[in-house]
Amino acid sequence: MAGADQAAIETEGLRKSYKDVLALCGVDLRVEQGTVFGLLGPNGAGKTTAVRILTTLLPPSGGSARVSGLDVVSDAAELRSRIGLAGQYAAVDENLTGFENLEMVGRLYHMGRQPSRRRATELLERFDLTDAGGRVVKTYSGGMRRRLDLAAALVASPPVLFLDEPTTGLDPRSRIGLWETIEDHVAGGKTVLLTTQYLDEADRLADRIAVIDHGRLIAEGTSDELKDQIGGERIEVTLCNRDRVEDAIAALAEIADGPPGADDGVISVPIRARDGVIVDAVRRLDNAGVRVDDLAIRRPTLDDVFITLTGHLAEHENGDRGEAEPREPELEEARR
Amino acid sequence: MSSLSYAVSDTLVIAVRNLKRIPRQPDLLTAFTIQPIMFVLLFVYVFGGAIQVPAIYDDYTDFLIPGIVVQSMAFGGFVTAISITDDLNRGLIDRFRSLPMTQWAVVAGRTVADILTNLLSLVVMVVVGLIVGFSFTQPLPDVLLGILLMVVFGYAFSWVFAWVGLVSSSPETANAFGFIAIFPLTFVSSAFVPPESMPAAIQWFAEINPFSTVVDALRSLWIGGPAGNDVWASFAWAIGITIVFALITAHRYRNAVLSR
Ligand SMILES: Nc1ncnc2c1ncn2[C@@H]1O[C@H](COP(=O)(O)OP(=O)(O)O)[C@@H](O)[C@H]1O
Ligand SMILES: [Mg+2]
Repeated sequence: MAGADQAAIETEGLRKSYKDVLALCGVDLRVEQGTVFGLLGPNGAGKTTAVRILTTLLPPSGGSARVSGLDVVSDAAELRSRIGLAGQYAAVDENLTGFENLEMVGRLYHMGRQPSRRRATELLERFDLTDAGGRVVKTYSGGMRRRLDLAAALVASPPVLFLDEPTTGLDPRSRIGLWETIEDHVAGGKTVLLTTQYLDEADRLADRIAVIDHGRLIAEGTSDELKDQIGGERIEVTLCNRDRVEDAIAALAEIADGPPGADDGVISVPIRARDGVIVDAVRRLDNAGVRVDDLAIRRPTLDDVFITLTGHLAEHENGDRGEAEPREPELEEARR
Repeated sequence: MSSLSYAVSDTLVIAVRNLKRIPRQPDLLTAFTIQPIMFVLLFVYVFGGAIQVPAIYDDYTDFLIPGIVVQSMAFGGFVTAISITDDLNRGLIDRFRSLPMTQWAVVAGRTVADILTNLLSLVVMVVVGLIVGFSFTQPLPDVLLGILLMVVFGYAFSWVFAWVGLVSSSPETANAFGFIAIFPLTFVSSAFVPPESMPAAIQWFAEINPFSTVVDALRSLWIGGPAGNDVWASFAWAIGITIVFALITAHRYRNAVLSR
């Protein structure tokens, strides 16, 4: 049984292959009880595969995994009463109301009719859906669906909760709203494993973060430990003339706090402190005769993590990147 | 509670979920009510005059109603195919599978909901049939046995469609499958036209087609005529189809969700 020193989630050499695709190749994880663990990686890294194995939806091809002390294969049936899952896409019934969705999930956790209804009402209130609770989900916005999906995962107050990319596809405001909701409701003594493509999300929500790429863990630690490796904030400069990348990097070499990155006429240089750095950078670039189109301070993104840890940019599947990137500046704005 | 009572309660929870959805999807409601009405009216008034029926039946309306009822019951489960592919594609099946519920209750609950919608279509068709001139001539127990046969037969096809839903990648595929594989089967039978009027090869098929057996059984139970072993054969067909398709569906359910 789950002792105090037992890990909430523990995997050893977890492997999964789909026909010819190797989605996970030997993943070792340990998530302590009562902590929030972030699995960070680009599209196609193997995050969903890991979550599906840990929630008993998919058998592993090799290795072992225990959640709450129970083996995901041999104790699957018993394990299901101890976990909650909010998958990558909101899995709620479009043609039921918010209340009916939650009540149904409660009944399927075998909570009984009255307790299921009480719990549904309570969760609708906590997730700010009381007014919408009597409407069919078809009429909900993306953010409302995600909140309802999250509420559904919490119906039975499961000790271990899995959230697969809980904010993907949301606009920046709903995203921050959902972060607050997750912080308020999931952290109180529960163990949470969440996956994300965004470093800021993992940074904000998770106690420990593991970075996954091509089915392998490439780094693990607290967000501070990772940031020490990646090197905090960066200054990002968009050049008028992309032939001047080398000159711009040379001009900023003295204020750089780590290896600079360059991508398509945009250079990104790690910095130590943000005080006065913009003025300083503009002056240096101006002196070097490099014309600047745009210049901003940015927190590290997943791309920076990958440049630092693997020396290459994360390979994004299906052009997902175009959608992810423009969000960052907006988030900076919203946070101040 | 025992695992059996959990299985029953899970099945009912899923059945209720499926029934609640119906009034909110007007196209579904149309499928259960307007469509059977249209079929009855079309066949009676458009084709009715041109089709010769054996002398033992009063007129084409009497001949037709049991046939059209059997066809509608076979197709009632069609909604099951569409809903299951939809649930799979929307990730709802993943949620269900992560819950400590009886796994097969997801499909069983769906098919149980069909029983009620099939009864709704049955009532609509019989009422419309009575209005356009159909009349029961057999004693009440026979009429009721006919209704029971329809419930059991419709339920069997819910499992056929559950399987179709699981093997289809999208609701459109499920749709195509239903109309290409099952629709013709109902037409090459004694449902709408006496097989004697068909070319030899087709007639041979129409006569061995289990749909014909069921249609003939229902005719004999509702309006008389030779039944032979049709009634018992029909129940046997329906139960056999249910068992076979429930087994392959349960097997397929595990694989369909695991291979995603
Ligand atoms: N059902 C599947 N069949 C074949 N390949 C799959 C399947 N699911 C995922 N993959 C592949 O496995 C890899 C990991 O996928 P996934 O776990 O979904 O990554 P992530 O959630 O991090 O985006 C990808 O290369 C993906 O294309
Ligand atoms: Mg994923």
